Amino acid sequence: MDTKILSLKLLFPLICILIIKPCFSQDTSLLKMLDDSSKYNSATFPVKGTFKALHLINAQTVESPAKKDLNFIIMHRFGKINDGAYEFFGLDNASIRLALDYGITDKLGIGIGRSSFEKTFDGYIKYRLLEQTSGKKSFPVTISLLGAINHLTLKDTIYVSAKDKTTYVSQILIARKFSSSFSLQLSPTYIHYNRYPELNSAKEVFSAMIGGRYKFTKRMAVTAEYNYLIPGMLDDVDLKNSFSLGYEIETGGHVFQLVFTNSQGMIESQYIAKTKGSWGNGDIFFGFNISRNFSFGKDKNKKKEW
Amino acid sequence: MTKNATISFHSHTFLENIDAVNKNVMAVIDAGKKNIAFSLITKQFDFPKKLMQQHFNENYIESDKYPKATFSGFYSENADLTKDGSYPLKVNGKLTIHGVTKDVQIPATLTVKGGAITGDATFKLNPTDYNIDIPFIVREKIEKENTVKVKAEWIPKF
Repeated sequence: MDTKILSLKLLFPLICILIIKPCFSQDTSLLKMLDDSSKYNSATFPVKGTFKALHLINAQTVESPAKKDLNFIIMHRFGKINDGAYEFFGLDNASIRLALDYGITDKLGIGIGRSSFEKTFDGYIKYRLLEQTSGKKSFPVTISLLGAINHLTLKDTIYVSAKDKTTYVSQILIARKFSSSFSLQLSPTYIHYNRYPELNSAKEVFSAMIGGRYKFTKRMAVTAEYNYLIPGMLDDVDLKNSFSLGYEIETGGHVFQLVFTNSQGMIESQYIAKTKGSWGNGDIFFGFNISRNFSFGKDKNKKKEW
Repeated sequence: MTKNATISFHSHTFLENIDAVNKNVMAVIDAGKKNIAFSLITKQFDFPKKLMQQHFNENYIESDKYPKATFSGFYSENADLTKDGSYPLKVNGKLTIHGVTKDVQIPATLTVKGGAITGDATFKLNPTDYNIDIPFIVREKIEKENTVKVKAEWIPKF
């Protein structure tokens, strides 16, 4: 009974305020005039931030660093979880990739990297061909093109010449940001191995990656990617499709990604067509990606300050 | 009425300087009723660091949810806008940012020269007043009170 009276006591002034409030509100016709002529409906906006980082987990995303931005990435994979207690569930072993990515323009990015796995150098160039837009002229997807060269320097007698150690990768990256929290990417991939070690010959490989991100808070997301090898490509080699799960945290210029994957390699020539781990057998590599963004662009707004 | 008023905001700390400009602000003044209104699209703020711009739109101001920021207010001082001169004013009104409306008083100056009216204002703004949550980890990089600068030029219609 008491609470009922109390709630009425609280409610009454609230109702009064609600009734009286319109009388105090000032003339908003001027604002309405601005609303009518608002350019919002007639403007086109590029859709930014389809993905937070340049890598979904292993796969490259449509994103590239903004003009004059430098991105430093540390990718790290421990050993297999099913190695057991003797290897401390994989944590005794590690494979690492260090990379630098730079934005020549907002659309054109380049990068170089070094992986400890097979002692590999990699270089790539990525160009954003089309950008997803919203507003008057809306376009549904962002399309980027990726070309990469992977060159391993591991000493192995199977490679006759240095040329044999080079692999070429081309990828079309197609992504759509469905909402501020959900993005999806599809990447058809073509890889040319000058020498695929287990076949002891040159090899062409076609595959497709499907991957996505779901942001459950403003700064945290879960990611997943699946790389599908077209059947018949490498049937004589006991390969598995690469599947990875990630958990992403963004803090300002850093992006941290905790990942679980059945691939040890972190570049296209390794994770797409050299993955032998099976999720079912527990061949899971735990690891992380850390990326840090540095801006070298001039602070032009500051100069023009009036 | 103008479509090219400028609103910029500035946050200067030891760790990070943020200077963002929006040059497509719509502004209207009614000298008869002594009313002033501004409206802007938050996505049109230009930051020198593009990652910052992305964070501003996605994490702070949430431009997809709240695409606009508006101000509508009035002043009571007498300013004869047909005569050249400088008129300091106190503009009272409602400022809406990030879906939150607050009553504010903003000191401004109207300058009339050769028929053109220029409005200038500088004021402080606290993002937390507008439910803009700044995470602990970047709190040292963003000033508690941002400085907002407004400049509008009108050619009056009679």
